[in-house]
Amino acid sequence: MSADLWPYVVLMLVGFLPNEAWRLVGLVLARGLNEQSEIVLWSRAVATAILAGVVAKLVVFASGSLATIPLGVRIGAVVIGFAAFLLIRRSPLAGVLVGEAVLLAGGYFFAP
Amino acid sequence: MPVLKSYPSSSAAYLGGVRHALTSVFFPVIAGTYIGIGALAHDFGLSALWLTLSTLFVWAGPAQVILISGIGAGAALVEVAIAVTLSGIRLFPMVMALLPLLRTRETRTSDLILPAHFTAVSMWIESLRVLPGIAHENRVAYCNGLSSTYTGIAATFGLVGFYLAAGLPSLFAAALLFITPISFLISTARSAVTMLDRLALGLGLVGGAAFAAMQIEFDLLWAGVGGGTIAYLVSRIRRKPARADI
Repeated sequence: MSADLWPYVVLMLVGFLPNEAWRLVGLVLARGLNEQSEIVLWSRAVATAILAGVVAKLVVFASGSLATIPLGVRIGAVVIGFAAFLLIRRSPLAGVLVGEAVLLAGGYFFAP
Repeated sequence: MPVLKSYPSSSAAYLGGVRHALTSVFFPVIAGTYIGIGALAHDFGLSALWLTLSTLFVWAGPAQVILISGIGAGAALVEVAIAVTLSGIRLFPMVMALLPLLRTRETRTSDLILPAHFTAVSMWIESLRVLPGIAHENRVAYCNGLSSTYTGIAATFGLVGFYLAAGLPSLFAAALLFITPISFLISTARSAVTMLDRLALGLGLVGGAAFAAMQIEFDLLWAGVGGGTIAYLVSRIRRKPARADI
């Protein structure tokens, strides 16, 4: 197989199918599953923890341009952005903007 | 009973959904998220075409972030596939909750394949809110208009992020890359209303960083399955403190 096509094969096999399968399962199963059933609660917790794990890895083990920002600045931006989200009427936009502002300011003043 | 909004034709209903999507609060949310994902894809060396296809086919922010960061960083493909599928489980109850709103006696299952594929958090929240006010026979078309517009916004702004990351100075490219972790953290925290969700979020953050630092194989799965299961067990024990009769 051509090496150029490999990323697209991976996209289908590793990205599309494992994700789409759940939509098809939902489509095929006629009767509704209780939103509060134990398996749904567990799977939701696992999905949340996986996503949180990805977030932590993207911040702590950043790659590319983000890796040029010192680790302390990256973590500080996450913590302050998150605090801003909690304090400013739980507004996601406020949290993201404050976090970004801290990252830019910190990256500028603490450039390695 | 309130009067349901009805449209003269399927295309009119489709356009109604398009118009709703363009004016909804999710427009800037999706645009911002996909600017971040586009920058991430550029950073991990994937092409603009690959990014666009991943948005059209996968159409789930968390799964795309896991996929891009996983294959970009050279993780085992099995691990990435398992992480993607675990992040996708939530789509299953969402589709099951959505379809009863769309189905009428005349609806064929094949008409529901597209709405099922388009099911993602933003579209699902909006559909559940809006569709009950739309006439039953117009709902599939309206829902397709709404969701295809959301997907189009995502694909477009993914490319914006991709090319911005390519051309911007390093500091600003870093800020684009930072959109994904900060916005996913905050949106997950925002929808984490139960103790179970919050505990899973906290354990996942700590576990994700700790297992990666220890360079354990399949670190993400340990953090996710381990952290999620511990959170589930703790909340289950706390839910039934008074049940001494078991």
